[in-house]
Parts: sequence; C-alpha cells; structure tokens
Amino acid sequence: MTARRSIRRRLFFQLAGVAALLSLTFFLVLRSVAERAAEGTQDGILSASATAMADSLRSVADGVTLDLPYSALSMLGSVGQDRVFYRVVVDGQTLTGYDDLPLPSDIPSNGEPKFDTLAFRGDKVRVAVVSRTIGSLGSLIRADVAVAQTREALAATSRRITAIATGVGVGFFVLATLLSLWAAQSALAPIDRMTAAVTRRGPKDLRPVTTDTPTELVPLVDALNSFMSRLRASLLRTEDFIAEAAHRVRTPLATVRTQAEVTHHKLTKPEHKAAIREMIRAIDESARSAGQMLDHAMVTFRADSLAKDALDLVQLTTEACNRLAPTAELKDNTILRSQPDHPVTFHGDGILLQAALLNILDNAIKYSPADSDVFVSVTEGDEICLSVTDAGRGFGGVDVSRLTQRYQRGTNVGDIVGSGLGLTIADEVARAHGGRLAIAENPKGQGACVSLFLPR
Amino acid sequence: MRLAFLAALIWSCLSLPIRAFEVEDRVLYPASPAISELRILSTTDRAAFEPIILAFQAAHPGIAVDYTIASTTELMTALHDEGAVFDLAISSAMDLQTKLANDGFALTYSAANTGALPDWANWRKQVFAFTQEPAVLVVSDRFFASGTAPRTRDDLIDLLRADPDRFQGRVGTYDIRNSGFGYLMATQDSRNSQAFWRLMEVMGRLEAKLYCCSGDMIRDVSSGELALAYNVLGTYAAAQQALGVGIQIVVLEDYANVMMRTALIPVTARNVPDAQKMIDFLNALGTRPDLVAASGLAAIDQTALRENTALRPIRFGPGLLVFLDQLRRKNFLRNWQNSLFQE
Amino acid sequence: MRFLLIEDSPKLARAVMERLQLDGHAVDHAETLDAASACISVAEYDLILLDIMLPDGDGRDFLQHHREAANKTPVIVITARSAVSDRVGLLDLGADDYITKPFDFAELEARCRAVLRRQGGPADNRKSFAGTVLDSSTAELQFSGISIPLRNRELRLLEVFFNAPGQVFSKTYLLDRLFSLTDEASENAIEVYVGRLRKRLEGSGTIIETVRGLGYRMVAA
Repeated sequence: MTARRSIRRRLFFQLAGVAALLSLTFFLVLRSVAERAAEGTQDGILSASATAMADSLRSVADGVTLDLPYSALSMLGSVGQDRVFYRVVVDGQTLTGYDDLPLPSDIPSNGEPKFDTLAFRGDKVRVAVVSRTIGSLGSLIRADVAVAQTREALAATSRRITAIATGVGVGFFVLATLLSLWAAQSALAPIDRMTAAVTRRGPKDLRPVTTDTPTELVPLVDALNSFMSRLRASLLRTEDFIAEAAHRVRTPLATVRTQAEVTHHKLTKPEHKAAIREMIRAIDESARSAGQMLDHAMVTFRADSLAKDALDLVQLTTEACNRLAPTAELKDNTILRSQPDHPVTFHGDGILLQAALLNILDNAIKYSPADSDVFVSVTEGDEICLSVTDAGRGFGGVDVSRLTQRYQRGTNVGDIVGSGLGLTIADEVARAHGGRLAIAENPKGQGACVSLFLPR
Repeated sequence: MRLAFLAALIWSCLSLPIRAFEVEDRVLYPASPAISELRILSTTDRAAFEPIILAFQAAHPGIAVDYTIASTTELMTALHDEGAVFDLAISSAMDLQTKLANDGFALTYSAANTGALPDWANWRKQVFAFTQEPAVLVVSDRFFASGTAPRTRDDLIDLLRADPDRFQGRVGTYDIRNSGFGYLMATQDSRNSQAFWRLMEVMGRLEAKLYCCSGDMIRDVSSGELALAYNVLGTYAAAQQALGVGIQIVVLEDYANVMMRTALIPVTARNVPDAQKMIDFLNALGTRPDLVAASGLAAIDQTALRENTALRPIRFGPGLLVFLDQLRRKNFLRNWQNSLFQE
Repeated sequence: MRFLLIEDSPKLARAVMERLQLDGHAVDHAETLDAASACISVAEYDLILLDIMLPDGDGRDFLQHHREAANKTPVIVITARSAVSDRVGLLDLGADDYITKPFDFAELEARCRAVLRRQGGPADNRKSFAGTVLDSSTAELQFSGISIPLRNRELRLLEVFFNAPGQVFSKTYLLDRLFSLTDEASENAIEVYVGRLRKRLEGSGTIIETVRGLGYRMVAA
C-alpha cells in the first residue's frame, strides 16, 4: 500500500487550515476589542467616581476635608457587584479610605485620570487616580484620589464575550470548513467529469477527450489525447498486422486445401485418398491452431479492458446456435435450445461471450456422434448458466480441471482436429466476466456438459 | 502631620482595637448527640431568633448552636478588627455587613439556594438578606387616639412644632453614635428627604431622648414615658404591639426605609457547611409562616413591596459604604449633633 | 447453381472453381470489385462468394453497396481474419453468412444450402422421378400423397441419385459427397444410409438398387 496524495484532501486541509487561522484571528480580535470596550467602561466609571470625589475636596480651617458624595461610590455598583476601594491622599498622607490601597506611579498632575491594574488584598483591582491641587492654609497642596474596583464583573463579561467569540469562531470555522469542502469538491469537479468521461468509454474508444476542460488541465488533456492518438495508431497497426498475417497464412492454406479436395475427388485408389485426407487434416489442424491462437490473443487483449454492453444472452445463444447449425446438420446433429421466453440481460463483451459459446458449441458438435442431439440451455438461478451438453464420448474419466489449461486436450480425441485452446478461451472469457467455466460428464448419460456460469 | 494625626485618632476611636468586643448575651442550644457546632454572632434578640434556631436544629439534627448576641457596631468590631472566630454573622446593619464583604471578611457561598428570593436579596453571594423590616414611628395610645397619629414626616414636624410643651422630653430616637441600625436609618433618611434634618432640629428643641435599642424605645412609649419614637424597628414594635402594650405603629406614608436583616459567613468560620445550611434555611424563611409568626421577623415579600410604594428597601451596593467613610461619618455625626444639641 | 466468386488470389480462385464445378456448379470469377460489379450487372447469380480482402478495396464496401443497391443475391463472405474480431461486423454489414479460410467444402455447401433455404431456395428445388418428388427446400420426399421428412445426409444422398437417375455411384464417391474429408467414415456408413433411404422409399415407385461391385443406382420399381 502506498499512500496516495489526494489533491482534494490537500486542498481541503489547506483551505480548512486558512479558515482555522482566520477563525482564531477573528476570535482573538473580537475578544480583545470587546474586552477593551468592557475595560473602557469600567475605566470610565472609575474615573468619573474619582473625579466626583476629587471635586468634593474642600479646604477647611484645619486643612482639607472630603464629604464623600453618595454617587461617587454608588455608581460603581451599577455594573456588577464588584468590591470597591478608595483612598484619598493629601500632601502624602491618607486623608480617608483604605490607606493600604496602592497608587499607580507617575500620576499626572494636570487632573487627567491615570489607570492601572494592581494587586490588592489578594485580588486584582483596576485603579483610577486623579490629582488635584488645593489651596489650604495659604499654600498649595496636592491631593490624589484613587478609586479601585475588583474585576469580577469584567471577568464575567470577558467570559461571556469569550463564549460568544468562541461560538462565532467555531461557527465561522465550521462554515468555512464546509465551504472548503465544497470548494475543493467543485474545484476538482472538472477532473471528476473528465475521469467519468474517460472511464465511460469502451475499450476501443480512443477518440480525443473533448470534455470542457479548465485551462489548468489543458496540457494534461493534450498529453492524454496525444498519447491516445499514438496508441490508436499503434493498435490499428497491430490489428492490421494480425489481419494481414492471417490473410497471408490462410489464403495459401485455403488454396492448398481446396486443391487437395479436388485431387481427392479425382483419385480413385483408397490409399491415395487416405494420404490426401491426412494432408487435409494436417492443414485444418494448423489453420485451426493459428486461428485459435489469434482468437486467444484477442480475448486476452479485450479482457484487459472489458466492454460492459447490455447483452441479451438468449439472443446471443440463439445466434451462436444458428451459426453452427449448418455444421451440425452435416452430421445430422440437431441443436436443441432450452431458453427462457424473455431476454436475459447481462453486461459484458458480446464478442468475447460469442467466441466462448462458439468454441464450446463447436467442440460439442465435433465430438458428437452422427444423428445425436446437442442441448444448449440458458437458465437463471443464483447465476446465469449457459450450458452445452452433447452425447459424445465425454472426457474418458480424465481430470477435467486440466482441460481449460492451454493446449490440453482429452486423452481420447486423437482422431479429431483440435488445438486444445477452445476451452481455454471459454474459461478466460468466463473469468474476465467474473464467472467460471464448469466442465463435467453429461449427467444424463454419455457425453460432456460444459457450462458457462456468469454472475447476475 | 496634623491631618494625619486627626485621621489616625478618628480611626482608632471607631475601631477600638484595644479591647475585645462587648457581648450582650450568649445562649447555647445543645444537640444530642452533637456532631458539630455552629457559632453564630448576631444582633438579633434571642426572643426573635430562638424559634428559628430550634426549627433549624429540628431540620438538621446534630448541630449544636452557640448563639452570641452583640450590637451591630460590636459585631463589626469583632469581625473586622479583632478577627473573632464565628461561623455565621447575622446583622441588621446592612452597611456594615456590606463593608465586611467588600473588605474581604466574608466567604462566598455561590451554591446558595436562594429559592424564590429576588436577585437584590444578596450581594456577591456573600451577604444574604432574609427579612424585610421597615423603620416605623411608634406612638403611645395615651398621647394619640386611634387615627390621630401623624402620617408623614411633615405631619410629624408640624405636630411637634405646634405643641412643644406637650412633647417636651417625650420624643425618642436612636443615638446614632452608638447604634449601627440607627446610623443606617439616619443616613438613608438624609438621602431621602430634607425633612429629616428639620425633624432632627425639632426633636433637638424638644430635648429628644436618645436610645441604643428599639426595645427600650418601645418600652418607654408603651409606659407613656414617651409620646412617640422615631425610626423604631417595625418588627420589634409589631411583636410588642401584639402583646397589647398600648402602642400604635405608623408606617410613614411619604416613605419608609426598609432594612433587611442579613447573614454572612466570616472568613474566620470553621464550620462552613453548617453555616451554609443555616443560610439556605434562612433564605427559605418565606416558606415557613410559622417561623415568621414565632420570630416576628418578616420574610422578604416582593408582593408587599409592590403594593406599598412608600416602602423603600435599602439596596446593597458600594453606596452603602459612603456613610461609613471616616470623614463622612464624622461630618454626618457633627451635623446630627448640631441639629439635636442646640446650645 | 451459379456462383460468382470474388477472389483476388488466382490460385485459390482456380482451385475453388474447380472444386465447385466438380459438384456440378457454374462459377464466374471476378478478381476485383470492378469486375464483380460488371459481372453482377450482366448475369443473375444464385450466390456470391466474397473474399473480404481485395486489392482495389475492402470487401466490406462492396457488401455495403451491394445491400444499398437492394440486390437480393445472397453473399457468403470468405475471410482470413481472426474470427473473434470480425464476426459481428460482417453480419451487420449485410453478409448472409461467412466462412473462414481454409474452408471445408462440405461446410461451404451446407452454409450455401442454409442461406438459400432462408431465401426461399433456388428455382430447381423440386426434382421428380417415377412419381416420387424430392423437395430440397423443405427436405421432404413426396409420393402417393404423403410427405416423408428427411434428415440432412439422407437428403444430400437422395439429391445425388435424383440428379442422375439410373446412374451408378460408387461407395467411394458417395462417401466423399456425404462426409467431410476430415470425418473418419467407412464405406459401411454408406450402406447404413442407403439402407435408411430404402426404408424411406418403401411404397413409392422408386428404389435404390445395389449394383454388385460397382455401387448403387436409383431406378423405377
């Protein structure tokens, strides 16, 4: 097993990765902006509170005092239930409030609020501090007013925002991932279409691919088309060569055989006639061998890329029987057919199945005695069975499994012309179609029964 | 330097860390067998709270209760300054309880079963309110025939001004310097109405008597020593009125501050689970009319608040801390004294 | 019967013609498609034997033109091609049958017979002798108002006798006519078939008599 690299998967993962990155960025930005806004709200209230306190500072006879305004602290309860601390420092001394509340450093003296997040009594607090200059006892003294608040409401807001941001981020990611899936799918759809277009073709269809091709695939398609045209040329040459070879070999053989027949008729002495018959037999044998070898090569070639045409096996067997009926008649053999009265559909290569059936039937007729019947049946069970039964000599008890091997013949057929390839061809055709060839003695007496089983 | 000295002086006067806090009473409610002990520091009178403790023990057998009673300020001193060890603190001073929580002296009980109580009935899941008690005007039957009692503060001021001889030395209110509850009510009054300062001036001219506790005021009104007492805890008054002591209770119609009795678990608590059980028990007070009747403590009742809009529940929040500010408190007390003690 | 043989190999053509003439058929030979077209335009043929590979064109084109011209004369194609690749195409193009080189003349004759029978048979499909009629197209023997069906070999043997009533045919001659040269058949087989024919002819006016030492002949009873 080699791990195949899938463009679709890579494209999908890359897009999903980008989506994840964007989702994360989106999440972080959303959270940061929202938290900043929430923090800003708290800062605003803190600074308002500190300013309100600072504005209430007043100078009295013995220094500076403060009438803490009710709203200065109550406004801090408007957002949540956070703990509140404050401290007023006048001239370096704590006037009122929590004297251990730390103050931010570098407080601007112009009255602008300064914010900081500090630790106080085991909690993080947000501190706002404003500074005022107050005239007291004839001199100017400085007052710092700090208001602090814990950040629980902020944390709750932050949790809520994080939850929303997470939801939005995850939702965005899921949506983007689905879109990535769709994008990867649709981007590769032309490839699928092309694959389908090429796969749909029969084994002999080597026309150029003309499917609507995206620009990126044009070089590939061009290369494929060029390859196919070369292949087509090569195949045509091969076919022509085979045809030419057959013609070259068979035509002289035909001439010789015909001349031999003529000679046979003219001769009168039985021994001369017998010699001629031997010669004709030899010619037939070589011609048949050559023919079946070519057939076998063709079967192997076609089985590699099997056609899947819809065939009617009833019609197919009928044609095969008709084809061989004249040959059978010569010996007063009758081909009896037993077929369903409806078409039996099978998807396969008609030429190969015809060849297999003709080989089986030809064998049956060859080995049948004169005046006997050959039964051809088509039955539908778990499998489709094309069966040919003859009343010939059978297989003489030999191991029938060997008969489908190349050039293996029965032990009792020496007097009959044959190459031993007939059943091999039938067997290979059956296998190519996912079926099998069964060879058995005729169950109803003398003879052989050869069956081609095909899956339904 | 002078300012700092002043501030330090005020702080030390307020918190008094030198001496231990003052206990008014201490009652033990044993359990047999006692598996654990719940130590409660409370400002609520024994008579009011005992039925609740007994009912609690019935619901949770095996918990012995050590019930210590102190004033609101003493309670604050004990927990805020002295680190006294108690499992539960129950106080009628919402502001002090709020300050305890704000300053980090309370434990959070986030799983508290608040039942049907409104959200405003607790603060930070640390301070849990379980009663609503209005501050009322209590008048004596000897001075006021039925239906003649004043109904608003302005009525009251007019009445007192109109007949100073009749009321001279016969009016009473809290000495807010010593009573946390009195201080809370006074500060809330000062926020709600300018009539409060006028009332204080009038009462000052009439040489009002100052009290530490509602119980004493009710006692003096019922005995005819006082014609009326202002800002009395309504629940106590109702309990006394039920005994037929010759007093009338007036919930003033311009407004009436409603205090909520609250419980919190101090950080010093050693028996937190039982304290939490007690808080859940108190939160469910509204479902026990028998206890409400027995204790005289009114459970939180939103319907009543909706029906009488003059009732103004004091809200939790940092605002309650304002009048606890040292300077603010000092200024407020000075104003109050200036109103009451006119030289 | 009259054949047109379209075949570019002169040697094969000569041999085929000679072989067919031995069976008493008339054969015209055309070496090219042009010549074949010329022949068809001037003469009527019972059957055309067409070699599929020709110097001036593919026999398939001829076949196609032949069918487009609505010429009814049956065509048997002689092909040297690998049988697997060609079978379907040829029949689709309108050949009535095909036979692969080299071919057995017994098979060729059988195929011609089958093709002609499908076409309705040649004109002289009925021969009679002494009140007995032999119908080749229905393979029947008719006499005295009855019809007797014949098997293929019986028919072919009777045809030999009906073509030359009274003539003596040797067993060897009959054997050659009846069996393929690749069949192993003895002269006894001829005796068996003659015996069958005698049974079929019982009750007709025709008999097959044995001419001792020479063979058989058909005569009137």
